[in-house]
Amino acid sequence: MCLAVPGKLIGIRGDDPLTRSGKVDFGGIIKEINLAFVPEAREGDYVLVHAGIALGLVDEKEAARVFQYLEEIYSGDARGEK
Amino acid sequence: MKYVDEFRAAETAQRYVREIERIVSRSWTIMEICGGQTHAIIKHGIDRLLPQCISLLHGPGCPVCITSAGVIDTAIELARRENVIFCSFGDMVRVPGSTGDLLSAKAAGADLRIVYSPLDSLRIARDNPQREVVFFAIGFETTAPAIAVTVQQAKQAGLRNYSILSALALVPPAIEAILSAGGNTIDGFLAAGHVCTVMGYWEYEPLAAKYRVPVVVTGFEPLDILQGMHMITAQLERGAAEVQNQYSRVVTREGNRPAQQLMNDVFRVVARNWRGIGEIKNSGLVLNNDYQVFDAGHRFGLSHHQVAEDTRCISGLVLQGRKKPPECAMFGTVCTPERPLGATMVSAEGACAAFYRYRPGGGDKSQVTKQEM
Repeated sequence: MCLAVPGKLIGIRGDDPLTRSGKVDFGGIIKEINLAFVPEAREGDYVLVHAGIALGLVDEKEAARVFQYLEEIYSGDARGEK
Repeated sequence: MKYVDEFRAAETAQRYVREIERIVSRSWTIMEICGGQTHAIIKHGIDRLLPQCISLLHGPGCPVCITSAGVIDTAIELARRENVIFCSFGDMVRVPGSTGDLLSAKAAGADLRIVYSPLDSLRIARDNPQREVVFFAIGFETTAPAIAVTVQQAKQAGLRNYSILSALALVPPAIEAILSAGGNTIDGFLAAGHVCTVMGYWEYEPLAAKYRVPVVVTGFEPLDILQGMHMITAQLERGAAEVQNQYSRVVTREGNRPAQQLMNDVFRVVARNWRGIGEIKNSGLVLNNDYQVFDAGHRFGLSHHQVAEDTRCISGLVLQGRKKPPECAMFGTVCTPERPLGATMVSAEGACAAFYRYRPGGGDKSQVTKQEM
């Protein structure tokens, strides 16, 4: 139920805060998505979408953390900080 | 797909598993709250990759599973009305109430429409001004903003033929109900990443402190779950009980403020009856007085009724992490996704359905006697 999928915002329509919407590309499938809760979203951003509504933006830098975390563990070990 | 495929890299997953094996020194029991995570764990076999001494319990985070049979009966009653178009998410239509399900009502002539978004039901209301359109609003904090924006748009458009039947529920009160119940064995929680995308995670800080349990807000891809497992194991091993955020690419401590604001404008908090668990205070959302005209209960003069649940079904114990699906005598024999006794066997995110689909013979590692390492 709480499934939410990231997709790339490729076009924005309207400026009413409640009905502002955008075309979002989910790996080739394009859907019209409500942008009421991501007023900061711009074309090219990745938005997280649930039930036709964008719930947030995906932060690219933070997304890399799942890989950096392992490196941090290893370097912590190497320095004997574990 | 970006932000999906890279979080399924097998080699990185193996590195996480090795790191967890390296730091774990004793048995720990970890509950993932969200049914979406349960599904990912069983589907990708993450529970089997983890060291034997880490047991996973599957939590109550499946809105379809916890919607009471009484509310489903009300939904069926509404769907059967002559002038009603009843709209629902697809997950809900095969869940049994006390006498049947929505799909059977459709087979008997009800105008049931399955929608992807509540906004689709609003379009149906605009296109059918002579009919009453009712949306079955189930879900947690993840879904509540979508319902709020829909109702707000209905109000702005002055729609007079639109209403919702709300079974919306809130997650933190259910976690507290599980923690405060005697005899729970949970050492730590993976909190649901998409609930926290909306609500943030500050609400979990007092819970973690009060019950001395670590909480890690976690995403849904295999690497997310494994990193979450590593973070929580590391906390448990050093005796910490903090709230950490694994899913920082979409979750902040404060959450999505505009979404929270609209939810506050549209809903009020009420007690909610969770299927198989019972009533939990302050765990439900209904429309507040300013939006009452869009409340199906108000519009159709409905009164909620409690109905008895099938006594053979142990879904309440499964939802609280007290039993595993294969421990049920009905599992896979009397109770199957085709002929379910309870909602946990119907929903794609229900623990019973996940085990049935990916482990038809049961085969839950944690049934093996726990070994102290």
